[in-house]
Amino acid sequence: MALKTDTMILNMGPQHPSTHGVLRLELEIEGELIRNVTPHIGYLHRCFEKHAEAMTYPQIVPYTDRMDYLASMGNNFGYAIAVEKLLGIKVPERVEYIRVIMAELQRIASHLVALGTNGLDIGAFTPFLYLFRDREKILSLFEMTCGARLLYNYIWVGGLSHDIHPDFPRLTKEFINYFRPTITELNNLLTFNKIFIERTANIGILPVDTAINYGVSGPSLRGSGIAFDLRRDDPYSIYDRFDFDIAVGKGIAGTVGDCWDRYYVRVLEMEQSLRIIEQAIDRIPEGDVQSAIPKRIKPPKGTAYARVENPRGELGYFIISNGGVTPFRVKVRGPSFVNLEVLGELCKGHLVADVIAILGSIDIVLGEVDR
Amino acid sequence: MKNPEEIFEILKREFDETLLSIDNSAPTEPIINIAPIGIMKVSRFLRDTEELKFDSLMVLSGVDEANGIKIKDEDGVETITGGNLSVYYHLYSTTLRHKITLKVTTSRDDPQVESVESVWKCADWHEREAYDMFGIIFLNHPDLRRILMPYDWEAGYPLRKDYKNPEFYQGMKVPY
Amino acid sequence: MYQFLYNLTGNVIIAGTITAAVPLTVLLLYALFAIWLERKVSAHMQDRLGPMRTGWHGWLQTIADMIKMIQKEDITASDVDKKLFNIAPVLVFTGSFAAFAAIPFSSRLLGSEVEVGIFYILAISSLVVAGILMAGWSSNNKYSLLGAMRSVAQIISYEIPTALVVLSMVMLSGTLSLDKISQMQTAYFWNWNILGGPAFTWTKLLLFPFMIVGFIIIYISTLAEVNRTPFDIPEAESELVAGYFTEYAGMKWGIFMLAEYANMLAVSAVVATLFFGGYQSPFGYLGNTLGLAWLVPFEQGFWFLAKGIIFVFVQMWLRWTLPRLRVDQLMTVCWKYLIPYALVNLIIIGIITLL
Repeated sequence: MALKTDTMILNMGPQHPSTHGVLRLELEIEGELIRNVTPHIGYLHRCFEKHAEAMTYPQIVPYTDRMDYLASMGNNFGYAIAVEKLLGIKVPERVEYIRVIMAELQRIASHLVALGTNGLDIGAFTPFLYLFRDREKILSLFEMTCGARLLYNYIWVGGLSHDIHPDFPRLTKEFINYFRPTITELNNLLTFNKIFIERTANIGILPVDTAINYGVSGPSLRGSGIAFDLRRDDPYSIYDRFDFDIAVGKGIAGTVGDCWDRYYVRVLEMEQSLRIIEQAIDRIPEGDVQSAIPKRIKPPKGTAYARVENPRGELGYFIISNGGVTPFRVKVRGPSFVNLEVLGELCKGHLVADVIAILGSIDIVLGEVDR
Repeated sequence: MKNPEEIFEILKREFDETLLSIDNSAPTEPIINIAPIGIMKVSRFLRDTEELKFDSLMVLSGVDEANGIKIKDEDGVETITGGNLSVYYHLYSTTLRHKITLKVTTSRDDPQVESVESVWKCADWHEREAYDMFGIIFLNHPDLRRILMPYDWEAGYPLRKDYKNPEFYQGMKVPY
Repeated sequence: MYQFLYNLTGNVIIAGTITAAVPLTVLLLYALFAIWLERKVSAHMQDRLGPMRTGWHGWLQTIADMIKMIQKEDITASDVDKKLFNIAPVLVFTGSFAAFAAIPFSSRLLGSEVEVGIFYILAISSLVVAGILMAGWSSNNKYSLLGAMRSVAQIISYEIPTALVVLSMVMLSGTLSLDKISQMQTAYFWNWNILGGPAFTWTKLLLFPFMIVGFIIIYISTLAEVNRTPFDIPEAESELVAGYFTEYAGMKWGIFMLAEYANMLAVSAVVATLFFGGYQSPFGYLGNTLGLAWLVPFEQGFWFLAKGIIFVFVQMWLRWTLPRLRVDQLMTVCWKYLIPYALVNLIIIGIITLL
């Protein structure tokens, strides 16, 4: 006579040390095996899109910061490019160079958090603190430029809010020289650690076709083996002038597209960001960063969709203007919102402990999921 | 890489005239209009044809066109009757590197659009969000329920232009 | 020690109480020190400073935490099984503390001179399992239940390699009593078991590699017994909030923590006694060279505590360096790797002893 078994519903509730924010995961488990994962979101919904319809175009910039609060420069960048597309204006060269440098520094800072918290969830407490120590240096560079450490309101439509400090290039070069060896240190401590590889290799394998169909983007997509990066394949700003490689997951530790690959792609991307910053920091032309900022932003009627490569994926802004000073509709395509959908697919057949590892490797920020 | 006019020509060859039209008025991007019932066939065609290969749905957004009749009743509360709700689809091909924008318009009082979730799984949550924020019903969607608002939010669809916050939600006062 | 006190006072109860109170005091003072040590070690390894304000480099921090914990409200959720809920911390602490009865702190300070020392220790540590299971079940919380199940599976599995290595040491020394094992590894570190044992024959050289293997196996197994990283799945903070003691607050939680540190010292002490000479000093006794015979037991006590604390320090070091293993990988390590190696080790040491 067979034993009648039933699955247990375990709720990793909105408050949990590892869900990177207020995310509720409903796990249907049988012993330790996962049968089904249902994410419930909406706990951090702050109605950005509704607010955007009531504010003028420059007033929206601080609100864009707060969606993906770990990569604010990228958020501002995407919005600025979308509105500049609607207006049809071109920004000075100096602005372009500084925007690229800031976006790449922000990419490194955001990846440091992602890698640190990924390690923390697996149980490695120390690399998290080492990476935050390095992140402090980037945050002081940002503080020197615009006064804020986390939410910058720096990249405005048509220019920047402040010009860079005269010491900024020198300090950035010092940071680059300091940071390169710490990537090696991180690799020795965590990336190639046998226990870490055991926990993340062959877990949460994402095939390429599924990834593209689900709309996954960013390091999660590149970890599956496809070299698709918006900075190269759909270039915006002046990224086509820089020489950098695209980090792709090759399945070194396990299969292509597992959690370790996504982790390793982020490590490699930090190195590539350093290359871009090195190339850009010496070539910043002179100019006035605020010369192209329009006095009154009143775009003609039309629609525009612009996307940037944020550390978490493809951030898109779809703006509809009806000729007024406030936009008619702003739709934000948050990469974490789209990447989170694939969690249900990835977790099938794994254990409860793997859900945490997979969630950490997809790297979501709830501010962007819920907006 | 094809530009939108060429893509429109390919679509016109395949599908009936009544389903499609192209709108070139805006300076930034041409938009192909498609009928709400029929978007699924067109999407599948767009994804599978060799010369188009739109394998990635970048974003799906609902829009309240607010072009109906605005009625102001005695409390000063303004409601809109008639008019349209639209859904915009931005598609991209990772292999052929071209983009296209599609638009589907449906009536505000009975908004029904075919779901493209079976073509691009990405549309699953995007359509849930469009339903949650605008009330657009997506036919054949496997699990159409609210996503960002609480599941039992009765007070309407927040991103519509005539939306008003309710007084109370489950006993809590809503206006701050 | 019991004999000595009995002769002194002539009363069974007083002698017995003082004999029990001495290890308890040592344990409590050690716990005070170990919690501070853990915070400082983890801080310095993470490139920060740790507690600095409460006393010199924060050594009073533990006392401050204890005062805070004692005055906390003892919250018990309404749906718990009250009897089991209250007994669980007591059982866990008792299992850890009772092991100290058979561990010699010095040649004069031994809780009870049972002949079956190490066997008793292995047996009484199993009370901890019952306590953890009670804690997980009675909390009426799915997370606690999961944590308790994992913990029980882990502890029971890892007792096997521990017992196998202990058995090989017992074969070598010929006695179960930890006191006699310590005495056999007389002073000077080349007599220690890790380096092959007290006899100066060629079997000593033969035994040396297998002693190392045995030491590594038992150190890893005892790390799993006390639920420390990399085996801290039951308390995996990022997965199960706090595992089987999620629902405990205030002093009861304090008892669980105390039991964990007591357990750490107990297993470190066992490893030190079996392999590193227990309370024997590596260099001979100051008391002997100076002719002060009463100094020797104190020196022995000092060496014993030093060795115990060094092993505890290594356990902390491992905790803050390595990530944690998943529960099925943990079981794989035990059943597919440690147990076969321990068995082979046992057989080889047995053969060598017969020579």
